[in-house]
Amino acid sequence: MASVLAPEISSSGFSFENCQRNAFLAQKGFPAPKATKTGTTIVGIIYADGVILGADTRATENTVVSDKNCQKIHYLAGNMYCCGAGTAADTEMTTQTVASQLELQRLHTGRTVPVETAATLLKRMLFRYQGHIGAALVLGGVDRTGPHIYCIYPHGSVDKLPYATMGSGSLAAMAVFESGWKPKMTEEEGKKLVRDAIAAGIFNDLGSGSNVDICVIRNSGPAQYLRTYEEANVKGKKQGSYRYAPGTTAVLKQRVIPLEVESVAVHPVQPMEVEPASSRR
Amino acid sequence: MSILAYNGGAVVAMKGQDCVAIATDKRYGIQAQTVSTNFPKVYQMGPSLFVGLPGLATDTQTVFQRLKFRMNLYELKENRIMRPKTFSAMLSNLLYERRFGPYFIEPVIAGLDPYDNQPYVCNMDLIGCPNEPEDFVVSGTCSEQLYGMCEALWEPNLKPDELFETISQALVNAADRDAISGWGAVVYIIEKDKITEKHVKTRMD
Amino acid sequence: MLSVSGNFPEYAVPGAKQVRFEPYADNGGSVVAIAGEDYAVIGADTRLSTGFSIYTREQKKLFKLSDRTVLGATGCWCDTLTLTRLLQARMQMYEHEHNKSMSTPAVAQMLSTMLYYKRFFPYYISNVLAGLDADGKGCVYSYDPIGHCERSNYRAGGSAGAQLQPLLDNQIGLKNMQNVTEAPLPKEKALSLLKDVFISAAERDIYTGDCIYILVITANGIQEEKFELRKD
Repeated sequence: MASVLAPEISSSGFSFENCQRNAFLAQKGFPAPKATKTGTTIVGIIYADGVILGADTRATENTVVSDKNCQKIHYLAGNMYCCGAGTAADTEMTTQTVASQLELQRLHTGRTVPVETAATLLKRMLFRYQGHIGAALVLGGVDRTGPHIYCIYPHGSVDKLPYATMGSGSLAAMAVFESGWKPKMTEEEGKKLVRDAIAAGIFNDLGSGSNVDICVIRNSGPAQYLRTYEEANVKGKKQGSYRYAPGTTAVLKQRVIPLEVESVAVHPVQPMEVEPASSRR
Repeated sequence: MSILAYNGGAVVAMKGQDCVAIATDKRYGIQAQTVSTNFPKVYQMGPSLFVGLPGLATDTQTVFQRLKFRMNLYELKENRIMRPKTFSAMLSNLLYERRFGPYFIEPVIAGLDPYDNQPYVCNMDLIGCPNEPEDFVVSGTCSEQLYGMCEALWEPNLKPDELFETISQALVNAADRDAISGWGAVVYIIEKDKITEKHVKTRMD
Repeated sequence: MLSVSGNFPEYAVPGAKQVRFEPYADNGGSVVAIAGEDYAVIGADTRLSTGFSIYTREQKKLFKLSDRTVLGATGCWCDTLTLTRLLQARMQMYEHEHNKSMSTPAVAQMLSTMLYYKRFFPYYISNVLAGLDADGKGCVYSYDPIGHCERSNYRAGGSAGAQLQPLLDNQIGLKNMQNVTEAPLPKEKALSLLKDVFISAAERDIYTGDCIYILVITANGIQEEKFELRKD
């Protein structure tokens, strides 16, 4: 029974409570607005000692840049990362969901989760929603069978490739890969190639822009996330200053709400009691 | 026409040096007809945490009440106040839960972290994709105008009074070039020991 | 709406198929013009694009119509080319008929007429005309695609028009500010402001970038200037 003190916990998964209303509004001439898209360049390659993922950092709403430095390489597990293109919220939430499933799997089995597992979880999730979850992904990682790159499309189809690109800048980036990729590249060569591919997207595709992010996942050792590997574009230097003299803006009325500065020690976060204190070390 | 522009309105938030500011216009209209000029879209959620919910007014109020409910529950359970980052994760989940039947709002969050006093600003699209930049966030029907103003006016390490002038000028001048925003504005400057609420004089047409 | 061909394609009867004619392209780009006491400056970015791709990074969108009039035009580039060609032809005819070159207000009026002439199949351009008037004062005229004309002292147009305009209102029109005194805008201030608004627009508008091409119109003629913007 739901009550004020013990409210019912809403069931997990999507809620469709607004759908009827929104369909009615659409019928009246107010179609649902578009969500933020990451018109994107994302890439991944296999090199001699693992995989390298790359992404630009621009998110757009129509023709306006809504985020100049967003993260498009998402964490899945220690041995794999996933680049996302398409509807920004979908790539974010899909990778978060799968990351938590993978962690549970790892704890359950006590082994490094294979990349194949992540690819299967992602494609099943996307296929279930028939393309309505607009996530186009490049999944890269290493496991005991070696390095892997997967391309996962919004409808749930999967490609397994040695080098892959996705997003609106995929053609620009693939042009670089097709001319420059070869098997058994060194890490330096690989990083250079990925940088060049992302830069091709940044400069030639209007949906991609700002900086280059790179993530190197080696067969040996932990993944290395190189956030802002290269700042491909810097903001122009302003000629003038636009600071205003105090009192420039007319104020009608004003109210000051003082805050009691609480010391942090008042509410320390206590670790949850999960075992008898005597057995804790 | 977009449903996000049915009632009109704009919200902007900026980071300063040890302070943040959030500003909103006060118009409430039905398409081109102005109904009320006292409808701020920014709500105080905690001692130094504010959220702005521009978009469809009915959803502004519904989402605010749902947020308040979830937040009260969190604070009762945890016996501590919510950090801005936790708050935006909660809002993001609330919005993404309705991925296929969204609320028509594009929220802005501004606050100081209650534990380390770090400034925090964040905005989202209507299905909850968070964006946490180092400078400013904008939302509402005149977001393009606000982007233009903020890109030129904002600079790092603004003091509270400088931040007030910058954010007010950005909002007021942007709203003047939008037919369905304006009609008064409220600015909140959030510092670690006080919040200053200022009602700004604007054009009323 | 239920339609046979839309909802049940298997049952559609083969026959006449209607395909919409899309006569316009959007090639993006932005213009800003500022008029002063004895000068006018006009700047436009040099990126020509469509959809998500760039045609060229060095397309000048400013047209020197005479030694005291410059037109900045963005939107559908093919319409711009046609309109400016006709405009130049008619200015030449005027010159031959009247034995003098057209003044800026006269060009402004003619442009309005030419745009309205195409009222029901308009040129898809946002025009900003800058120059010196008969008294040598700076002037700026702005248009909608079907010929509404307005004289002002500053104007932004094109794909980033909405982002550029409020800052001009604030910094040149001195809107919403207390304790400020109106003073004539020096040319250097106008130039730096023009560059700054473009820097802002290049950050947020995907169709604005690469470079600004600036023309400064004074009684001594027209000077050119270039300023680099971000290229992504």
